[in-house]
Amino acid sequence: MSLFRPAVTAVGLLCSWQLVVWLSGVPPFILPGPLTVALAGWRNLHLLAEHAATTGLEIVLGLLIGSLIGALAALVLVSSAPARRWLLPVLVISQALPVFALAPLLVLWLGYGLLSKVAMAVLIIFFPVTLAFFDGLRRTERGWLELARVMDAPPLAVLRQIRVPASLPALGSGLRVAAAVAPIGAVVGEWVGSSGGLGYLMLHANARMQVDLLFAALVVLSAMALSLWWLVDRVMTRFNRWQPASYQTNR
Amino acid sequence: MQISQAPPVVRSPEEPPRLLGPEVEVEVPHLVYGGRPVFQDLRLRLPAGKWTCLLGPSGVGKTSLLRLIAGLEAGAVVRPDPGRLVGKIALMAQQDLLLPWLNVRDNVLLGHRLRGRSRDAMKVLAAEADALLARVGLAGKGDASPLVFSGGMRQRVALARTLIEHRPVVLMDEPFSALDAVTRHRLQDLAAELLADRTVLLVTHHPLEAIRLGHRIWVMAGNPAKLRGPIEPSGPTPRDPADPGAIRLQSDLMKELLASAELVETQ
Repeated sequence: MSLFRPAVTAVGLLCSWQLVVWLSGVPPFILPGPLTVALAGWRNLHLLAEHAATTGLEIVLGLLIGSLIGALAALVLVSSAPARRWLLPVLVISQALPVFALAPLLVLWLGYGLLSKVAMAVLIIFFPVTLAFFDGLRRTERGWLELARVMDAPPLAVLRQIRVPASLPALGSGLRVAAAVAPIGAVVGEWVGSSGGLGYLMLHANARMQVDLLFAALVVLSAMALSLWWLVDRVMTRFNRWQPASYQTNR
Repeated sequence: MQISQAPPVVRSPEEPPRLLGPEVEVEVPHLVYGGRPVFQDLRLRLPAGKWTCLLGPSGVGKTSLLRLIAGLEAGAVVRPDPGRLVGKIALMAQQDLLLPWLNVRDNVLLGHRLRGRSRDAMKVLAAEADALLARVGLAGKGDASPLVFSGGMRQRVALARTLIEHRPVVLMDEPFSALDAVTRHRLQDLAAELLADRTVLLVTHHPLEAIRLGHRIWVMAGNPAKLRGPIEPSGPTPRDPADPGAIRLQSDLMKELLASAELVETQ
């Protein structure tokens, strides 16, 4: 992938941002320019790194655990009809609850530390993974399944050797969504109650009118989310090389 | 494209002896699809070790009958009973159904992989798969991905996958219909040779294909569907399409098909 276009877009955005700040003359405690933000980031490098590490750990743990739970739930759903009848409505209802409203409860139950943020991220992540993977497993080409049936293949072998590989592209879509929403869970958790992390830093910077630091934390958070998304995308593309060419050319 | 004429593989002693297919009989007392009776007291006997061809217009129920025998659909009485047919049937469909994430050799070995064989058994089978691939004109292509193959090459892999199952009963649902005339001709020859002595049901809508390969040809028509025939061409298969007998049979068969089509249209 060429870096030219993203670079042009980024530079263009930064320039127009700086331009707006200069032309409108808004005070820096309302909207600091990119230069001010960069300077604040440079001055608080250690602070940012420390809090980014906390948030990064929460996000990665949440993504790993959430994806694992999500994938397992999909496998349970697809291999057992009673599980589908009992579990699927529960899962849907669990998503009807606004997860953000649960954040204070999670902090109350699991404390101010890492655990409540990971739980929050897991709650947000597992559902898109479950849904995408389950959908992929259900849509496995019928001809393949019938062929396997005539070959008198045991169901577990069909699941492992045909249905799971066939639905890896669908799982990939779920994981990409999960990677994109994982930081939301962690940061919301930090807003509600925490002693560290980028969300915590942003809240405090905001309260102390250090809007430049708030923006710097935001930039770091976006960079982390982007690299996570890129990593997941790369891994899933590697796994799904066999996908129809149309998918590759449409990227 | 090369499909070898002479067998390049010497039959090794461990290769199983030629499989003799059993007689299979299917009886459908009454079957309704979407409120419309498809079969009513239909009975088809596949003679042991012979090729039975089933011709007829699209949508008449040829594929349904094949699927009933394969046990993929319920509603028929199959003799020998399905319990005794488990592990005896191989299926070759119109689509090649190759798994895109496996290489060609592993696709050929799919049945054995799914059933889980010991490592030593798989080694022997992998060698056999390579020999079969050479037999269908894909020598040395075992490690290739089927994604880069043409439709004809893919269907040849599917044929090798059907053969390595060593099943005495082989059900084929228009396996060569998506192929060009030359590839189809060559694959028909190959299938006739490698599936001799098996009990084969070949669903097709090419009269010529039925005449080249069939020992017994039925035409399916009507609603509910009835079987007309059979036509029993003589002589060994695959037959020469230029043979006067084959040409006469083809015109007979075409008449039969036209008559059955009119039967449907007047209903």
